[in-house]
Amino acid sequence: MSGAGRSAIPPPSSGVRAEQAREKAGYAAVEAPVRATAERRVPVAPEAFARLAASMVPPPPPTWRRALARICRLWLLVAFVVIWELVSIFGQRVNPQLDVMMPPPTAVISAASDLMTRGVLFTHIFDSLYRVLLAVGAATALGVPLGLAMGWSSRFRFAVDPLLEFIRPIPPLAWIPLSILWFGIGDVQIVYIIFLAAFFPVVLNSLAGARDVDPYLVQAGLSLGARPRELFLTVVLPAALPHIFTGMRVGLGIGWMALVAGELVAAPSGLGYMINNARTLFRSDYILLGMVLIGVLGLVLDYLMRQAARLVMPWHKGQ
Amino acid sequence: MQVDVANVSKVHFSMKGEPLLALLDVNFQVEKNEFFSIVGPSGCGKTTLLNLLAGFEQPTRGELKVGGRVITAPGWERAVVFQEYALFPWYTVVQNIRYGLRRKRVPEPEQRRLVDHYIGLVGLGGFESRYPRELSGGMRQRVSIARALAVNPSILLMDEPFASLDIQTREYMQDELLKIWQREPKTVIFVTHSIDEAIKLSDRIAIMGPRPGRVEEIMIVEFGRPRDPTNPAVVRLAAEVKLWLRQQVFGSKSAEDAPHADQHMAG
Repeated sequence: MSGAGRSAIPPPSSGVRAEQAREKAGYAAVEAPVRATAERRVPVAPEAFARLAASMVPPPPPTWRRALARICRLWLLVAFVVIWELVSIFGQRVNPQLDVMMPPPTAVISAASDLMTRGVLFTHIFDSLYRVLLAVGAATALGVPLGLAMGWSSRFRFAVDPLLEFIRPIPPLAWIPLSILWFGIGDVQIVYIIFLAAFFPVVLNSLAGARDVDPYLVQAGLSLGARPRELFLTVVLPAALPHIFTGMRVGLGIGWMALVAGELVAAPSGLGYMINNARTLFRSDYILLGMVLIGVLGLVLDYLMRQAARLVMPWHKGQ
Repeated sequence: MQVDVANVSKVHFSMKGEPLLALLDVNFQVEKNEFFSIVGPSGCGKTTLLNLLAGFEQPTRGELKVGGRVITAPGWERAVVFQEYALFPWYTVVQNIRYGLRRKRVPEPEQRRLVDHYIGLVGLGGFESRYPRELSGGMRQRVSIARALAVNPSILLMDEPFASLDIQTREYMQDELLKIWQREPKTVIFVTHSIDEAIKLSDRIAIMGPRPGRVEEIMIVEFGRPRDPTNPAVVRLAAEVKLWLRQQVFGSKSAEDAPHADQHMAG
């Protein structure tokens, strides 16, 4: 404690007398090193310590070695693919039906190159991506303002909530027959189904975000003179952003599933259509290719969303 | 600016919706540029009182006035420093300090000058573009103080500003606050549960008691600054106040056990 050095002198009753007492006790000698540490501590910039820290640890391995190490961590995935390949190739000798039931990964790759040379693969991918991004974009454009407004004003929330909670439990797929009647078979109908799927996670997360704002931050904003509009833009919106991104990620994930379901039922193109079409043709390699692509693209979309979140919210710890 | 709290009572509602008397007939005046502390145990309505002064809440009865005008809403002449800093996590140090200046529509060059000045005053040079989460507790609280001072308030409302800092940082921040206050005089209303802190800093101390929250006594601290916490007179005053407060909160029976409690605290 700070009193350790002082206990040597009699308890002073005022600042002036304390000074005198220190001089009498020959305090200058004791105080010198204390002052020295104070001088050393102040001017050193944190960047200098960062350089010092870097000099104390070995340099990071080159990029290619880190990439290799990362791939090595995927051993289970690699083993899975290899075993699958072996089982389906050697299994075919025992049971020829396995050729159709479980085509090997290499067959999926050749199916991909096959469809690519015919030029249809990218059309399917592009159509599916286009539908999902359009629908999730629309769900965000409508859902975020609606959710934030519901979080901002409880009167608005009480009015809107019952209607929303009534529609929400209806699965998007249950809308398909009606939406085909409304929009026919095509992009609009599928976009509508994906929109329904993505809309509610976006609304509910935005709502939670707007309600979750630290009340002290609102008070701080108010005491620093923020008007309602400014308070919304500078406090409520940034505070809700992490939730909004979570809502968009969940919406995108669910929307992606709804896309495939929608395209399976009725569509002129897209990955879901490709799978369904391959089923009628008994081309299980195309089916598997469609499934793999859906998985990979879903992963890529989610990764892009996370990167966008990091870009937009540099202050946030990341997800 | 003079602060005038007249017959203020405040009713809060519990979770069950029962009305609770948070403050009862609170009366005091704070002079211009006075350092005025409010101490008391938790639940005595200190924070409620500060919220009323800030304009976040309205009194159920009575009036709070600043410079003769009734407080009805938050305002720039009353800046607030919160216990948990309440910095905007999405703004850097500079952006946080500039926040009030922006809202005040202060011209851009003047904003920059003021931000620089207050960053220097609280000793945060070199950390301008850091986000709050990259700072230590003491540094965050300095940003919060700079942000409050930047809008040039005549009154600084501080709600247990140093309560969540470690002892060394707290004492350092107390000294810094006194230095700033002496350099740029302001009326400070300082809420704390620490009697030692109040005695170290204040010109006067209002002691509040709980259930219902009310001002029991207002003491004048007459020692010159800087105050030495080991000064026998200061020690005696602190002990008196603590004993008195203990009697108020726990009743006279527990007060007899007080010396034992003290020994436990020291050990």
